[in-house]
Amino acid sequence: MNKIVLGEPLNRVDGRLKVTGGAKYSGEYKQPGLTYGVLVPATITSGTVTAMDTRAAERAPGVVAVITVFNAPAVPGFQKDAVKPVRGLKLFNDNKVYFNGQPIALVIAETFERATYAAKLVTATYAETPFETSFEKNFDKGVVPNNGQYKDYVRGLADAYKNAPVIVEEDYKLPSEMHNPMELHVTIAAWVGDDEVHVYTKSQGVMGSQRSVANAFGLATEKVHIHSRFVGGAFGSSLRTWPHEIAAVQAAKLVKRPVKLTLTREQMFTSVGYRPLTIQKIGLGATLDGKLVGITHESHSQTAVYEEFTENAVAVSRFLYASANANTRYRVVPLNVGVPCPMRGPGEATGAFALESALDELSYKLGMDPIALRLANYAETDPERNLPWSSKYVKECYALGASRIGWDQRLAHPGSLRDGEWLVGYGMGCGAFGAHRSATTVRIRLSADGRVVLWSATSDIGPGTGTAMTVIAANILGLPADKISFELGDSGFPTAPTQGGSQTVSSVGSAVHDVCVALRGRLYELSGLPVDSTTDIDYVRVLKEHGLPELELSGESKPDAEAQKYSSYSFSAHFAKVAVHPLTGQVRVRQLIAVVDAGKVISHKTASSQMIGGAVGGIGMVLTEEAVIDDRFGKYINGNLADYHVPVNADIPDIEAIFIDKPDPYINPIGTKGVGEISLIGVAAAVANAVYNACGKRIRELPITPDKLI
Amino acid sequence: MADYSDNQSHEEDLEHSTRRSFFKQSTAFGAIALTPAALVRAAEHQWDEKIADVFEKMPLNIEVNGVKHSLKVEPRTTLLDLLREQLDLTGTKKGCDRGQCGACTVHVNGVRINSCLSLAVSNEGKKITTIEGLAVGDNLHPMQDAFIRHDGFQCGYCTSGQIMSAVALVKEGRTHSREQISEFMSGNICRCGAYSNIVKAIEDVKNSGL
Repeated sequence: MNKIVLGEPLNRVDGRLKVTGGAKYSGEYKQPGLTYGVLVPATITSGTVTAMDTRAAERAPGVVAVITVFNAPAVPGFQKDAVKPVRGLKLFNDNKVYFNGQPIALVIAETFERATYAAKLVTATYAETPFETSFEKNFDKGVVPNNGQYKDYVRGLADAYKNAPVIVEEDYKLPSEMHNPMELHVTIAAWVGDDEVHVYTKSQGVMGSQRSVANAFGLATEKVHIHSRFVGGAFGSSLRTWPHEIAAVQAAKLVKRPVKLTLTREQMFTSVGYRPLTIQKIGLGATLDGKLVGITHESHSQTAVYEEFTENAVAVSRFLYASANANTRYRVVPLNVGVPCPMRGPGEATGAFALESALDELSYKLGMDPIALRLANYAETDPERNLPWSSKYVKECYALGASRIGWDQRLAHPGSLRDGEWLVGYGMGCGAFGAHRSATTVRIRLSADGRVVLWSATSDIGPGTGTAMTVIAANILGLPADKISFELGDSGFPTAPTQGGSQTVSSVGSAVHDVCVALRGRLYELSGLPVDSTTDIDYVRVLKEHGLPELELSGESKPDAEAQKYSSYSFSAHFAKVAVHPLTGQVRVRQLIAVVDAGKVISHKTASSQMIGGAVGGIGMVLTEEAVIDDRFGKYINGNLADYHVPVNADIPDIEAIFIDKPDPYINPIGTKGVGEISLIGVAAAVANAVYNACGKRIRELPITPDKLI
Repeated sequence: MADYSDNQSHEEDLEHSTRRSFFKQSTAFGAIALTPAALVRAAEHQWDEKIADVFEKMPLNIEVNGVKHSLKVEPRTTLLDLLREQLDLTGTKKGCDRGQCGACTVHVNGVRINSCLSLAVSNEGKKITTIEGLAVGDNLHPMQDAFIRHDGFQCGYCTSGQIMSAVALVKEGRTHSREQISEFMSGNICRCGAYSNIVKAIEDVKNSGL
């Protein structure tokens, strides 16, 4: 057998389960005596619930209980004297309504149909108060975030761009964008007695979910069991424990039976976060030969009146390009809306659209090629932190992407390249996302039959965590992949970070690496060889000779001090070729190339899919996606997948991912930097810039729908 | 086919409500049901379900993945919820419950449909194939195998629907070009964005003559 190498294009280890319907997602675990919970949303946008009539619902067939803001059993973590109070909205804890669609009751019934029907019978009367959902109208009410992490940033002189020979000063607007994972958010809660609970829920971090539930109900952490083996997409929407998850646990405690609470697609528009509506101002100043004199980046984003959400959209402008002068400002605008949360490439994707669009505008003003402009301002070290990069191969990304898309076919003058009725254009946009690593523990067991099992409380929301971990373990142990299994998604497993911020492979992969090296070393020791030997030995025979039924060990892996001496980022350069139909305003992305410097690639097939998927998300951001609130009522008017347009198959061309694939020498033992976020960051600008190159229309307000082009 | 217009459903609901009230008031359990302060009741010791079995559920004979079922189901239960909640065939997924995402695609008499838009009782005597019925023993259907090889999925939640659609697409003969495949697979949303790999998987199966 050929030894599995890092980068091996292994088929997904859970592929068979996923193509046969055998993969069990959170809502699919059979529970004896299962009941169904359906939430009742408020129909006002701000005010209080003054009365509710639940009699009809209670009398409806099969209804077990109706929980409302007036009768809900107390949740310990909601109380003012709670040791670790629950963050954010405390569902049913009081009668205040902060946003339209906020749940005010929960109906629990014997079947899904009965609960759904009875939920419609619950009525409420309200005392309405004035509300604000219009971002534009409230733009000037933007405030510095309370969390203290977003002080105005100045390097050199503020607003230095204003005195430069060539200036770009523009506003860029992104609408609210919904994660819309295909799986509806769902939680099954099943208590064992009064002090122990099993929760099957859609979670990107089972240990975080465990802490949240334990805190909310005052339980010992080990008495809370979170199960989330398969997650049907999340993209950030399952980074935290949401109010409806707590409500499911609360309801199950009350009715003393398992409760399954599934959000409807419409409820997901108000209940599980989104990328917030943002208006950014970019000021760029350059010399006539294209050297940046100053960068100014300001961002206003929407948040909720009841909880602050912030994201670092302006950060990219501090480090992506060399400029002696740079300053950023960030304000949040609290509105009567559900609270946002991180969505794939949080902050950076938003910021990169504005910065990379503005750079493109600058290139036209200067009469410079957009790649040449970026090269003229290439940051050889991190200008924000004054540190060397741990690794950066962005010049290689530019060259590979340009060559692959046929950048030499691009005509500098917009609207010059035709293909029949279509105008054709090329554009590029870049992205960067911090390369992180958190402490992780992995347990490993070698059994007498030669099989290896690894456990870690990490997640797989789709990228293929288990597949990447199998590649690492197989590589180090010199075993075929089918001898290895990697177990995840359960809070009973050893500590791992939440799957977010592109850090899973770097964190968990490093721990898998370390524990496999330790296991191999132990086996060498038993064989009387030095621990760092490279001799092939028969593991099964070693166990047998020493009378061991199995060998199990676990180890923690965490970042070392050396890595702190460097600034570590993943980088991407996206290249798009689009066609614009001038009569209909239709935009077709004809080709998209994503070139990535993400360090070492561990699992080539799944990493490529991640890159391609991020690019699809970027196409949605730039061309189709927009969650719309009717500000007269404060309610989303397109809260479904027919009216909120995520890209479909016919919107997507063949997308190619190209990896630089050079290990980062400092960040971790496997040299990875992460691909989840940068796959999306920079895509929207690449496409928008290509649209401008095609037809000469600069659209600064996403999405670029046909009406904006005709 | 039966008319399931809003008006008719509404009238049925009213009728049920009246019949319910009669039963509740005529049994000892009525007293419990009418007590507003009763936050939890054990659904009247399953009496609701017992009543439903006799008066509200309709007989349904249906064949799912070659297994014949004689069931009694509520007329309002969708084929999707019947599969997932009552037959424990959770491979068919619910992504929207509105016919907008395709995650619930199954074959009814060989034709692909959104099972969330089909009432279970309207499938009397029909043969349903779900993702669980595609493989023969341990042998995967060529489309399942192609999805694995081309990595036509990530999270896997839309995958059952994609594969059921893809199998039907080949049978429909709508695989003449990449564009045609893309167009006729556009009723199945994949939020992870595996579209280009899905197209490759389908082309692969088509080219191998299956």
